[in-house]
Amino acid sequence: MAKHRGRGVATINYPIGMNLGGDPSQALVHSNPTGKFTVSLSSIDLGQGMKSVTRQICAETLGVPIEDVYVDTADSDTGPHCMGSFASRGTHRVGNAVMAAAREARGVMMEAAAEELEVDPGDLETDGRGAIHVKGAPHRSISVRDVAIAAQFRQGKTISGRGIFLVPLSDVDPETGEMSPATCYAHACQIVDVEVDDETGDVTVLKMTSAYELGRAINPKLVEQQLVGGSWMGMSHALYETPEPYYPDTREGPRDFNEYLMPGPGDICPHDIIVLERPAADGPFGAKGPGEMCANPSLPAIANAIFNAVGVRIDELPITPERVLRALRERGRSVAASRAW
Amino acid sequence: MLEMRKDIFADERDDDLREVGRPTQRQDILGHVTGTSAYYDDHRFANLLHLKVLRSPHAHARIRSIDDAAASRAPGVKRIIRGADVPVNLNTLLSLIQFGKDDEPSLATDTVRYKGEPILAVVATSERAAREALELVRISYDSLPAVFDVEEALKPGAVPVNPAYPKNTFDYHGKYDHQKLRFGDVEAAFAKADMVLEERYQMSPIEHAPTETNGSIAVPDTNGRFTVYTSTQALFFSLDTSAKINAMPSNQLHFVGGTVGGGFGGKVDTLTEPLAILAARLTGAPVRYRLSRHEEMQFGSPRGAERIYIKDGLMRDGRIVARKVRAYFDSGAYTRLSSYAVVKCVAHIPGPYTIPNVHADVYCVFTNRTPATAMRGFGVTALDFALECQMDKGAVAIGMDPLEFRMLNAYRDGDMKAHRRVAKNCALIECAQVAAEKAQWPLREEFRRMSSRKGGGEARPEVVADRSRAPAPAGTPRSPASTPQRVAYDRPQVDAKPPPSPPRDVPSPAGAPPSGSTHGVRRFSSIFGTRRR
Repeated sequence: MAKHRGRGVATINYPIGMNLGGDPSQALVHSNPTGKFTVSLSSIDLGQGMKSVTRQICAETLGVPIEDVYVDTADSDTGPHCMGSFASRGTHRVGNAVMAAAREARGVMMEAAAEELEVDPGDLETDGRGAIHVKGAPHRSISVRDVAIAAQFRQGKTISGRGIFLVPLSDVDPETGEMSPATCYAHACQIVDVEVDDETGDVTVLKMTSAYELGRAINPKLVEQQLVGGSWMGMSHALYETPEPYYPDTREGPRDFNEYLMPGPGDICPHDIIVLERPAADGPFGAKGPGEMCANPSLPAIANAIFNAVGVRIDELPITPERVLRALRERGRSVAASRAW
Repeated sequence: MLEMRKDIFADERDDDLREVGRPTQRQDILGHVTGTSAYYDDHRFANLLHLKVLRSPHAHARIRSIDDAAASRAPGVKRIIRGADVPVNLNTLLSLIQFGKDDEPSLATDTVRYKGEPILAVVATSERAAREALELVRISYDSLPAVFDVEEALKPGAVPVNPAYPKNTFDYHGKYDHQKLRFGDVEAAFAKADMVLEERYQMSPIEHAPTETNGSIAVPDTNGRFTVYTSTQALFFSLDTSAKINAMPSNQLHFVGGTVGGGFGGKVDTLTEPLAILAARLTGAPVRYRLSRHEEMQFGSPRGAERIYIKDGLMRDGRIVARKVRAYFDSGAYTRLSSYAVVKCVAHIPGPYTIPNVHADVYCVFTNRTPATAMRGFGVTALDFALECQMDKGAVAIGMDPLEFRMLNAYRDGDMKAHRRVAKNCALIECAQVAAEKAQWPLREEFRRMSSRKGGGEARPEVVADRSRAPAPAGTPRSPASTPQRVAYDRPQVDAKPPPSPPRDVPSPAGAPPSGSTHGVRRFSSIFGTRRR
């Protein structure tokens, strides 16, 4: 028996948003009378951080501090239509809708401020700390709060905006498959080091080293959360998970978490993550989406690392110890099997 | 730990932003870490009723009779719902975007097509009462032959699974049983290729395994409206689907989602809301329908299985000149979202590589298993597994470093993709360079100088012919480590001798000395390193 180390790699790209487009999202942004903004969405925050990403995009676009923006989601009476939280579309599609709504609201806010300061709106800028002032003359300033009060009670203006983002639906050619599936793609390269026990068939993932290109990391901490979690899921897909372990035979299906295996905390490996940003022309501040793509490279990279370690190709997922041992035996390579005892 | 490489593509970016790019603490963090964020099931109602469905024990059977008399008299039972009670008892999810035919009942009436298909629902004062009443229902079945293998399902004479699609395949464009991709001439390219590599890959189904199983609570509101608390990932998708099945105007429904205990694609199917709403209408009381863990594992839709065949034509200098793919998506008994995944899969072929001749036929196949649905990486995850294992085998076959082989064939700005759109905004090469540098995977100088922004849209410049025998340029860090690595990859396919013990000193490119930064510009982490402003 012996443990063998190996290293494998995979490089992938991933389309952002629903395939072929045709998946709109809307957003509404409005200010209350004291200059605090609400973003109204029907989009769902699954834990991935949709609320936080759209909040940062809204604050950046309005030019106000992040504390002055609150994102309200997931209510069909108050939030306008969103296709849904899937297809890596949250940051790109919903982010763009929020950006459009925030831009419209900012326009009204600047007009109201201009009226108060008796200047042209084009001469004003936000300082990002809650004030609006004349460009080059910071002393000629008014707070966003005072602008909101003036707009509501004196000028009769709504500081609000509507936004929608839609990638028009593409046709698919029946004969050639010609189509416009997506407007931008995220990229990744992952290198995985594994150790394979040729007696038990166990595969241990020792280390991951990955580079992801995401257009723009709107919030690097949330990006990291996605990338770490996605790699774990990829590892789990590669080595552990299935409700039909002998597919297409349907027997031995797991019924609960005692029978449905997934890696636990002790199976998580060190992971060096590097993020690159090549902005997408139509992304909010260039952002694409890290959500789905980060799980994908781990499956083949682990399979390739197992080959590098013990010289067997396992082309069926998941790569269970049973499959590793069967492959080793079939190839006559198992040290355990070749020994006379 | 996460590191930002702001130096790469810096000329394409505006880095003077104030809020975007900051690791701001998430808006909902306090609720999450103190356990006060509300999930759908945290809403409490007096007189809440509970819905449980009776599921088919057969993979394929005709229902001869249903006797629910005893169940309806059981303690706590308020209502039994049968297929005939469902206003529109046939639907397909993507009818909302006019894709596909209605093919799936909420409750089966005459035939069950997978083990676990819902037949009848009991609404009772507790989950236990509902479960106990289900035990009293008597159904007699005529068992039918079932098909579980995608390629068996396509053979002439195979058992038809889904009456909307009698040939066991989804209809594409009203005339094909698969989606095609045709680019260049693969057969001519195979004839001229130095090597042809044909392989088969299989991914089994995968369960989303969310911490919170699918569920919802439908609550009668005033004025004929219903408020629905739900775990859905797509609020209006679920609302519109529920309105259709219940034949209600959409504005009689008020959907409230929110914190979700894990989705990953498994909470788009609207598995519980339509029946919960129907039960609330029929009883006038709030009704909860949530899947048990066992139901979620076996009868909530999984990521579907895929079988993929890939045939590559390779040249000795490392270029891939042709790629032919035939793939089968196992949709299970009904369509749900697999039909759409097929088109996304076709769009993704041949992967992030520029290959002049590409041919693909991808099928959405019906079998007698739990219907599949979307999951993280929809239509792409299994294909990426197959493509990247195939790339590794191709590199071994021609004796080239697997990462350099990928970079050589990587798509670049200006290249024409197989779905006939020009590539732009590419960054595969840069990801490979950065990961290789970090992991000390030795790359030759010409590969460290490569760029996604150069050389696209034209034939690739000549590379060293028969690269496996080409000596690495002197002074590159690759040579000391690459020799043993080559041995590992090029191990002969059949070796009758038992390996020595210890079998071998397993080589790893990690032994190479670290190569210098290929980009030469200072870099920093936006979290831990230099502040950006």
